[in-house]
Amino acid sequence: MNSLNKFALGLGLSASLLASSAMAAEDTIKVGILHSLSGTMAISETTLKDVMLMLIEEQNKAGGVLGKQLEAVVVDPASDWPLFAEKARELIEVHDVSAVFGNWTSVSRKSVLPVFEELNNILFYPVQYEGEESQRNVFYTGAAPNQQAIPAVDYLMAEEGVERWVLAGTDYVYPRTTNKILEAYLIGLGVSPDDIMINYTPFGHSDWQTIVSDIAAFGSTGVKTAVVSTINGDANVPFYKELGNQGISAEDIPVVAFSVGEEELAGLDTGPLVGHLAAWNYFMSVDTDENADFIDAWQAFIGSDERVTNDPMEAHYIGFNMWVKAVEAAGTTDTDAVIDALVGVAVPNLTGGLSSMGANHHITKPVLVGEIQDDGQFDVVWETDGLVLGDAWSDFLPESSVLISDWRAPLSCGNFNVETGACGGAE
Amino acid sequence: MLKKLFLTFAILFYGAAAFAQDLEALVAQLPGGSYDDRAAVVLEISQTGDERAFAVLEALKAGKLFFHKGEGIIVEVREIGDEDIAFNILDNTEIGAVGRRDAKKIKVNNGLRREISAALGTMYLQSTDPSVRLEAADAVFKSGDPTQLAALEAAILAETDNKVRTALTEARAVAILNDDADVSAKLAAIEVLRERGDRDAQGVLSKFITDPDLGEAVATVLAEIEQNQKLWGLVQNVWYGLSLGSVLLLAAIGLAITFGVMGVINMAHGELVMIGAYTTFAVQEFIRTSMPEYFDMSLLFAAPLAFLVAGSVGIGIERGVVRHLYGRPLETLLATWGISLILQQTVRSIFGPNNREVGNPDWMSGAFEIGAMNVTYSRMWILVFSLMVFTGLLLLLKRTSMGLRMRAVTQNRAMAADMGINTGWVDALTFGLGAGIAGLAGVALSQIDNVSPNLGQSYIVDSFMVVVFGGAGNLWGALAGAFSLGIANKFLEPFAGAVLAKILVLVFIILFIQKRPRGLFALKGRAVEN
Repeated sequence: MNSLNKFALGLGLSASLLASSAMAAEDTIKVGILHSLSGTMAISETTLKDVMLMLIEEQNKAGGVLGKQLEAVVVDPASDWPLFAEKARELIEVHDVSAVFGNWTSVSRKSVLPVFEELNNILFYPVQYEGEESQRNVFYTGAAPNQQAIPAVDYLMAEEGVERWVLAGTDYVYPRTTNKILEAYLIGLGVSPDDIMINYTPFGHSDWQTIVSDIAAFGSTGVKTAVVSTINGDANVPFYKELGNQGISAEDIPVVAFSVGEEELAGLDTGPLVGHLAAWNYFMSVDTDENADFIDAWQAFIGSDERVTNDPMEAHYIGFNMWVKAVEAAGTTDTDAVIDALVGVAVPNLTGGLSSMGANHHITKPVLVGEIQDDGQFDVVWETDGLVLGDAWSDFLPESSVLISDWRAPLSCGNFNVETGACGGAE
Repeated sequence: MLKKLFLTFAILFYGAAAFAQDLEALVAQLPGGSYDDRAAVVLEISQTGDERAFAVLEALKAGKLFFHKGEGIIVEVREIGDEDIAFNILDNTEIGAVGRRDAKKIKVNNGLRREISAALGTMYLQSTDPSVRLEAADAVFKSGDPTQLAALEAAILAETDNKVRTALTEARAVAILNDDADVSAKLAAIEVLRERGDRDAQGVLSKFITDPDLGEAVATVLAEIEQNQKLWGLVQNVWYGLSLGSVLLLAAIGLAITFGVMGVINMAHGELVMIGAYTTFAVQEFIRTSMPEYFDMSLLFAAPLAFLVAGSVGIGIERGVVRHLYGRPLETLLATWGISLILQQTVRSIFGPNNREVGNPDWMSGAFEIGAMNVTYSRMWILVFSLMVFTGLLLLLKRTSMGLRMRAVTQNRAMAADMGINTGWVDALTFGLGAGIAGLAGVALSQIDNVSPNLGQSYIVDSFMVVVFGGAGNLWGALAGAFSLGIANKFLEPFAGAVLAKILVLVFIILFIQKRPRGLFALKGRAVEN
């Protein structure tokens, strides 16, 4: 067989494959899952793929959506940011999905934004992020800084009497923006700049000896000191190990982390970490019936009662249920109709409340502060009185405090400037 | 007489009953209220004088106290085997297994935990075990509570152990400073803390810098402590540098063989390190399930096994791929890069993408102090281990016939072949040796870094940096390179930050290579020519 023949055969084969998938598309609704299953981010994102598969399976057992079964389309962007855009395009153009659930890092989200805008589809983004963004096609079910960082700092001030602050983070956009907001917030509250130490480390930093001993020195002025950590992913394990090694306990200098959850603690001996804190909108230890059911369902689905649940999983749970409800309300999977129907949709979250989608495409959630226990779980020691709506544009940064986001008609704008009265962000 | 005795008994009994009543009533109050309310209850419990108060407070501090919804009592939940069993905290009777929904935890936060530690501290001051008393003294030092003064005085008088007495005296000094004592007593207390001269003393004293009577004395002591800390900080930094250097050395020394001696650019080197770490994990899992009493020796079993596993993977890579690509560095680079991805994904499929917990044996956890310098056992043993591996490798290359063959082949392949050396076989063994040493590095790194499929990636660049800087083909170069880069990094870090420090080191190496293309310890003579 010559190569031309081979080529023709291949073309025919792929055409027939396409046809069969097009046929299948008529009686199912397709849902895209865009999470890295290989590469550095696989550690966090694989779980989210699994939880989406579980939610879709449960929904199908309950009769599907609009009388049709849901079909999950899983792709692997392999922790490669440009590949996220390609895979997103593939999901929408080739597989014709109705909505996509995916992404973890901010840079991967930024890389897919133009694709979702151009092809007009819907993305549910389940991870806490730095804010300063509101896109028509994206629904942010993770926490914005005002739903995580700011309340955590409030807790440390009120309950622990902290007056000196170490803002430690990995050197990329989320920690830098969050720390900028926190610094402005703290200085606004009257904290002297001398009492704030900011430190950045590279991704995967593993030698924390100097930094931890710097923190110990910074904290030995007789004033209560705390570390606010936006250290990402793998670097946390050696960081906490070094804290334990140098004998810094949570009773001396507590660390409150925004990227450490149950999943991250699974690879750690948590004995020396007891009492260090994390701020999230969900903890596995939350004592509600919804949560107990969710954990049972998850552990049955994954086939192990060792597996933990975490905050981004709850975000997908909320986001998926919101999407189902909005599609049912709109009576169609048509993107524009669903985007309009999503604003105002309210579904139960796992902490006993009702989360609703705001006009700025962020959701309302409670903020919980938890302390690490020696079984790798968090114990909730504090929570906000009510639910907090995610704020797309921080009020504590001068350039974004004048911006609001409201995707409802007639405003229909993600970055409306209240000073100039025009859509289009700050000058 | 009999009547009198009966009366005494009755009073005694009544008294005990009143105690018990107290503790029971107090314990029942624990679940309610805020953290502050709970702290007040904790204080009262510590003052009941009831023996059972120790168990109650310890369990509360450890977060093991629950409110049993079915029984309506306070229980301690202990993990026995795979089950959570509830015990009545007051009489230690077994209630039975509890599930997630049956019991509500009595919450403790850091603030409350500090209160409990302080309360327990006072209670433990009378313990018979000196190490418990030492801990108790530290707890009282941290709380600095002036109401404990009387208890401390009594404890100091009764104390027989010198170390504990010092700790108690220091705790008393803090309490005096926080008390309304007269200035001379406080100045004496400051003197006690000057003797201690560490960060904790510094923390306590800093609070009094604005005090009109003590400010001056405090300022001089603080300046002295500061000066002392600075000196020790320098020593500490050198130690940190050596420690970072030992990690770099371990990661790079295998590469010094494959890249340095053989000239193969092995991008999968980091993954061989990772395989060593996962071997450690597997060994530990096996020991945990089948013979937990040997857990402390797990690393001794893991090290030779990791060497063999990583070594055989290395030989596989050499025989399967690399030997077909000798003399074509670019293709080797790409092929080994591909292999590294394959290895990563294989491990990810077998062990899952999550971090795996590798435990520290007892002799590798914790730290000790030399002066004001803090030395962690894990780092110290890794430094020792890296030097052992280095020496072992040096002896192997210089003193054994195997080493002689390896050197012969790398220096002049054709002539070595003419002398009857099976060069292909020697190549495979040399590569395997480098890979096996990478596996050994993995055993050490599993103790300080997280064991995940990405472990190797973070070390590959550093390893190449060390080998290139030190001079390819020279083990001494790798040693000098690793330690000088480690120390340079640690001295730059406090000024420039971790990110910039790394960049500066990289820039420095690039400039250095311009000047000395063959690194610190360049090979001389005929070996260089080919």
